[in-house]
Amino acid sequence: MSVASFTTPTPTAISLPASAEGLTEKVSVRDLDFFYGDNRALKSVNVPLYLNKVTAFIGPSGCGKSTLLRILNRMYDLYPNQRAAGHVTMDSTDILSPSQDLNLLRAKVGMVFQKPTPFPMTIYENIAFGIRLYERLSKSELDDRVKHCLERAALWDEVKDKMNANGLSLSGGQQQRLCIARTVAVRPEVILFDEPCSALDPISTAKIEELIDELKEDYTIAIVTHNMQQAARVSDYTAFMYLGELVEFGETTTIFTTPSDRRTQDYITGRFG
Amino acid sequence: MALQDTRRRRNQLAIGLAIGATGFGLTWLVLILAVLLWNGFSGLTLAVFTEMTPPPGSAGGLLNPIMGSLVMTFIAVLIGTPLGILAGTYMAEYGRYDKLTSVVRFINDILLSAPSIVIGLFIYEVMVVQMGHFSGWAGAVALAVIVVPVVVRTTEDMLTLVPDTLREAAASIGLPRSLMIQKVAYRAARAGMVTGVLLAVARISGETAPLLFTALNNQFWSTDMNAPVASLPVVIFQFALSPYDDWQQLAWTGALIITLAVLALSIIARLLAAQRKST
Repeated sequence: MSVASFTTPTPTAISLPASAEGLTEKVSVRDLDFFYGDNRALKSVNVPLYLNKVTAFIGPSGCGKSTLLRILNRMYDLYPNQRAAGHVTMDSTDILSPSQDLNLLRAKVGMVFQKPTPFPMTIYENIAFGIRLYERLSKSELDDRVKHCLERAALWDEVKDKMNANGLSLSGGQQQRLCIARTVAVRPEVILFDEPCSALDPISTAKIEELIDELKEDYTIAIVTHNMQQAARVSDYTAFMYLGELVEFGETTTIFTTPSDRRTQDYITGRFG
Repeated sequence: MALQDTRRRRNQLAIGLAIGATGFGLTWLVLILAVLLWNGFSGLTLAVFTEMTPPPGSAGGLLNPIMGSLVMTFIAVLIGTPLGILAGTYMAEYGRYDKLTSVVRFINDILLSAPSIVIGLFIYEVMVVQMGHFSGWAGAVALAVIVVPVVVRTTEDMLTLVPDTLREAAASIGLPRSLMIQKVAYRAARAGMVTGVLLAVARISGETAPLLFTALNNQFWSTDMNAPVASLPVVIFQFALSPYDDWQQLAWTGALIITLAVLALSIIARLLAAQRKST
């Protein structure tokens, strides 16, 4: 199959929003199935991630939104008996292809997890470690980059005097911002957020949301969240998933005000899920 | 109310039994240590650390067995630790879901509880018989065979305790698995892995059976690992069985030295384990 055929939209249940004209599809998911062993967790999912936009994935637990996210950087490859079928293209390369270099892909598609996961090293090393993987910089250049990344994650002012403290000594919200800085340090093109605020207090949550809003200028962002207000606040596009299917995708304002599917409406109004 | 009363009485009975059992166990332990201290401490002189094992009826020390034990333990750890860590790393990281891993784990558990005399006889067959003589090398290899399963087990356990989220985080910045293991997983599991090695040292420093058939013993100072080498456990075994008072005294002192060394190692291992929990 040629690459061009991937970009031809296949007939699906979703109608792309009218405003999609003029937007670039950074990542396109086409007819994606996913299996945990014999269990089919995703069923023919089609969804785009637009360049420099935030796309939120919402839906009840077990609907497959985290599964979908973990396909975009092929995190599932770490585990046996997990298999994706279909097409995920990023800049017209099929990232599901067996010849795809996983480390290269993950350098381009960063991820922030539900639980903050600083590495067991100093704050400085947490950031510098990722930079050194890809670039050879002098000490002062490296220092500048570390500072820049921490500023980008709105953490610099809080940690500038304790760069040699262990990353694990920070508070939960700070740790999560450290993880965002670490992700940014690798200079990805896409950042995936997997429920980044579910372990954080409201103030830290607000900071992270603010950050996501700033980051979209430079990155394409996908976020999985259980918090519908959060999806409404931070995202430009929203995808509602249910039982492994993508029920509805559209502009966030449309999804939250005039959803076209009954199930979407029931979910966002809190009638189930 | 009657129900509560019965429960309270049962609870008191259970607590009483538990305390009694603990006391019973501790009594013997304390007695052993007290006798060891009582008999060993009086012989603990400078000469013990500076003079060789004496012929019966004359004064001497334990320098050659102390040195032999140190050298053989050191070489055993040098051989056993890398093997154990690499195997444990394979089991916890690369081959976690492989069938081979469960097979290796099963065999390793057997080896872990294998009587050490069997290991001694095995090395006797494959090394001593082939070389034609007893040697320090054979002793060190026999001890290494005991070190490997301990280190394999602790390495695998400690790496398995490292949360998968940390592995995923490392993968998410494009870290190859080999670097993830070296820079992230080992770092997170370091204290536990060092503890495992220390426990292995403690275990082998008291082993007699594997050395009886391999390193044998040596009455004299020798640094030739290709020849029989003295070791504390074997000297204790020989001297304690002898009818001579001064040999028996040295055996007590040797036992005390080993016990104190193992105690020190255990304390270090505990401190490291506590450090692991606090970080």
